[in-house]
Amino acid sequence: MDDSRGRKRVIGLNAFDERNRMAKRAAEEIADGMIVNLGIGIPSLVPNHLPQHVHVMFHAENGILGMGESPEKGMENPTLCNAGGFPVTIVSGASYFDSATAFGMIRSGYLDLTILGGLEVSQKGDLANWIVPGKRVPGIGGAMELAKKAKRVIVLMNHCNKKGESKIVKKCSLPLTAKKCVSLIITEMAVIEVTDQGLCLTEVMEPYTVQDVISKTNAPLQISKKIRMIGE
Amino acid sequence: MNKVGSLDDALVSIQNGCSIMFGGFGGVGNPPTLINGILQKGVKALTLIGNDAGFPTIGIGKIVSLGRAKKLIVSHIGSNPIAGQLMMNGEMEVEFSPQGTLAERIRAGGVGLGGILTDIGLDSMVEKGKQKIPVNGKDFLLETALTADVSIVFAKKADTFGNLIYETSARNTNPLVAMAGSYTIVEAEEIVEIGELDPEHIVTPGIYVDMIIQSQGIDWKWAWE
Repeated sequence: MDDSRGRKRVIGLNAFDERNRMAKRAAEEIADGMIVNLGIGIPSLVPNHLPQHVHVMFHAENGILGMGESPEKGMENPTLCNAGGFPVTIVSGASYFDSATAFGMIRSGYLDLTILGGLEVSQKGDLANWIVPGKRVPGIGGAMELAKKAKRVIVLMNHCNKKGESKIVKKCSLPLTAKKCVSLIITEMAVIEVTDQGLCLTEVMEPYTVQDVISKTNAPLQISKKIRMIGE
Repeated sequence: MNKVGSLDDALVSIQNGCSIMFGGFGGVGNPPTLINGILQKGVKALTLIGNDAGFPTIGIGKIVSLGRAKKLIVSHIGSNPIAGQLMMNGEMEVEFSPQGTLAERIRAGGVGLGGILTDIGLDSMVEKGKQKIPVNGKDFLLETALTADVSIVFAKKADTFGNLIYETSARNTNPLVAMAGSYTIVEAEEIVEIGELDPEHIVTPGIYVDMIIQSQGIDWKWAWE
């Protein structure tokens, strides 16, 4: 049975688990010693899935380098939060700075990786994630700087929009955040690499199949010879 | 040298139609006592310049939600759906800047520059109507500096000269905003005598500050509560 996004309803895997499976897969892309910025939404779940031996400095554009885990309830510091407004803690070696410095770090290329949400990603890796003209105008926030200047950009998003249309497209119809910036797309259905030759399907999240992914993707997909199936 | 005043003293400089630049990010670091004072004074047709439109009932969002602003210059309004509604209805103008560009435009205004050159926003809607300037064979956008009639700032500690220290991520845009107002009002959680702050720890030098008021305390809630 399909839901409104045309997705299979997975027995025993609710939306929460699905989001965590995406976050867990994204966490595999993080290596020890990296400087990483996470967008709001699903990307913010990524730290929960990092192995203990992987130490990274999480950067927040509101002026923190070295964000730690969420505080226990009742232990929140009302002035200490991430860019999404949620309370955080810091790790040893953390620092605070103003917004100009926070973006100076981004623009001058100090971020190894950013994991962002998306509205559309094109086969060339163009990203649209800030405006649906006439409908939804959340605004740019820090997405343009992050998408354009981080050394690597991973997009975590639902495969299809609420109308069931593919968010992976030949050419973005929405205004762009940045051109040719995305290198990896992780959805609830699949992991897709953006290569110089176009999109390449490398992993499929069970119980979806390669055929499911092809039929829900509105752009040419090369299929990797070594497809990895990710279990529930 | 003593710049400490009352909330009423501070509100004298805030009039209908004026431009107000505010420190804070997602409500955190917006000066709560000054914002409540501005609300009670009932001033209208304000131009608000700062990171975002807050949340409907948190921080600067309270002023936006009551329709007291005619224009916002911000990086996003996604956390305040009322701001989106006012914009769609044509009741409020919104100018978006990428967040880092906005921070630099404010900083430029505060340090006496006419603007900045950046490649952020090239090949996007952001470049519309802006001058492109080639530097060493690469294109940059000219982004103009921002200043305001009044800047409102939240600090952890101020001395009576206006030297400021901030607290954790409530620093965010506050040190930039403090520099860019023609008249800068600081709401501080603690006000101390001159000489009590270690000069090595001061983030904003008092030269930028015109008035200091005592904060009545943080009243923002976590956004999801």
